[in-house]
Amino acid sequence: MTQETEITPMTEPQPEPPAHDALSEAAADPAAQRGVETHVVPEHRERKGGKTDAVFHIDGVGVSYSGKPAVRDVTFDIAENEITALIGPSGCGKSTLLRCLNRMNDLIPGCEVSGHVGFHGEDLYGPRVDPVRVRTLIGMVFQKPNPFPKSIYDNIAFGPRVLGVKGDLDEIVERALRRGALWDDVKDRLKDNAYGMSGGQQQRLCIARCLAIEPDVILMDEPCSALDPISTGKIEDLMLELKERYSIVIVTHNMQQAARVSDKTAFFTVELSEEEHRVGRVVEFDDTEKVFTNPADPRTEAYVTGKVG
Amino acid sequence: MAGRDITASGSRATDGRPRLEAVSPRYGEKAIFALLALCAAISVATTLAIVISLIVPSIGFFGEVPFADFLFGTDWAPTFADATFGVLPIVVGTLTVTAWALLVAIPVGLLTAIYMAEYAPTRVRRVVKPVLEVLEGMPTVAIGLFALYFARPLLEDIFPFLPWGGPFAVGVAGIAVGLMIVPLVSSVADDAMRSVPAGLREGAYALGATKMKVSARVVFPAAISGIVAAIVLAASRAIGETMVVLLAAGATPQLVAPWDFTESIQTMTAFIGTTATGDIATGTITYDTIFAVGALLFVMTLAMNMLAIRLVRRFREVYE
Repeated sequence: MTQETEITPMTEPQPEPPAHDALSEAAADPAAQRGVETHVVPEHRERKGGKTDAVFHIDGVGVSYSGKPAVRDVTFDIAENEITALIGPSGCGKSTLLRCLNRMNDLIPGCEVSGHVGFHGEDLYGPRVDPVRVRTLIGMVFQKPNPFPKSIYDNIAFGPRVLGVKGDLDEIVERALRRGALWDDVKDRLKDNAYGMSGGQQQRLCIARCLAIEPDVILMDEPCSALDPISTGKIEDLMLELKERYSIVIVTHNMQQAARVSDKTAFFTVELSEEEHRVGRVVEFDDTEKVFTNPADPRTEAYVTGKVG
Repeated sequence: MAGRDITASGSRATDGRPRLEAVSPRYGEKAIFALLALCAAISVATTLAIVISLIVPSIGFFGEVPFADFLFGTDWAPTFADATFGVLPIVVGTLTVTAWALLVAIPVGLLTAIYMAEYAPTRVRRVVKPVLEVLEGMPTVAIGLFALYFARPLLEDIFPFLPWGGPFAVGVAGIAVGLMIVPLVSSVADDAMRSVPAGLREGAYALGATKMKVSARVVFPAAISGIVAAIVLAASRAIGETMVVLLAAGATPQLVAPWDFTESIQTMTAFIGTTATGDIATGTITYDTIFAVGALLFVMTLAMNMLAIRLVRRFREVYE
């Protein structure tokens, strides 16, 4: 990785960097991916250092379901070790866009992604990219806590086991739970079923579960919308802690939440296309502070001040 | 007084207070309730009647034949002049057929279910599902004929080194029963796996699990209670199957090892079927015998169902 990218809302498409990246290596040699993957990304990050590197370079991205466009012309960069919030009214395509970033959309029949998504300079939708491999580097937390109906331990160990990670599983589980700020709550009942936990704990378990495979990025799709304010507060604190190590993209309906935790904010809105479809697009992308205090676009201002939406 | 109707019928009580009593006695509602309860009672009553009709002649049977001789005897010749009542050969015959059937039906049925629930594109599903349902509704006598006249010669061609004898072979009957119950296993297991919440699948995919790992480590365990139910249903069906084994396994109540694929045997159901349709007089020991065998069959399936319930409780992964 050679280029340094300034985070501006509308950058030109970047030239492709030399292909020395976790993603392309894995794609070239799928057999080699298992044993090494937990180490690839941290090294990678150290190498890059500075805080202004782009993790994702989203350029002219559009998504359609069975030919019906859901979101289009999305262009912005997501910076490393920052929290980027995607806000906007329902149906504006925030979650759809989020799911492009770890290729979860591949699982939906009829879903098509156009434009360019770069991940550390690699084309995320390149012909040799393996979506399964992508998801080991880009974790995801969902709206409704979705622990597996297994023990707390087995939930955390699931990812490492599935990926065949070598090493002391107990240690991996403990580390993930500590990073997920859950260790002290659950260390005495690791063998208990995860469904016995409160909703907030379940969601933190899901976060810890995704930390266990050492992703580079964590995508969060309205992670607090099913939780009470106290649990929400805990998860927000956790996010602020996690951004020291990880880059986070969060979709939220809660504008206070976006304002509290995020560094950058993308405001989406819904427009009617020529064919009368409701299509989402990005109106404004900037530092969170600017979006909330001095937005450039009147639509953003109307939304963040609560006049609409 | 405001012109506002409070009562449902639209008529206002004379003193202006709201009318809270029912407008009609709703006899229809009561009649429906009675009808529904009656229908539910019919199946309970039928079950009771069957159990009683099995037990009463069985008591008569065990008055003449010691219980241990029946259960552990290895010589089954109840219709002969010098009758013996060791039920073991036909019990083993039944269990052998069931074992062969499950050996076919469990892997084929479950793999079909995994394919249908997790892998099959909608187009394929739309074709395969109805085909499986047709197979499920196939008359058992047709499957028996298929086993006797098609499957057996075919298997003899493929495995000529097996000691093929007469037209009947327990293994052929077992495989035919197994193929017959594949749709039962696959459709019940398919339903169980499809009802696993999509969120669990997404969670696993998001951790970099492949489709196979998602199916095997998340969906399958989460659906285990439905899957065990599918297997138990199928096993019950195999134990109770009569027509296929009558046609393909023969009527030789001999005690053979379960791996004697080509031997002719008799199952409990086949014994009941052939004996009850022959001329036997009520009140004779032969007559009571078929009920004793029927009662034993009932106890076997009951025990299996209870075991299954325990298994399900033990291994169930409860989601919500």
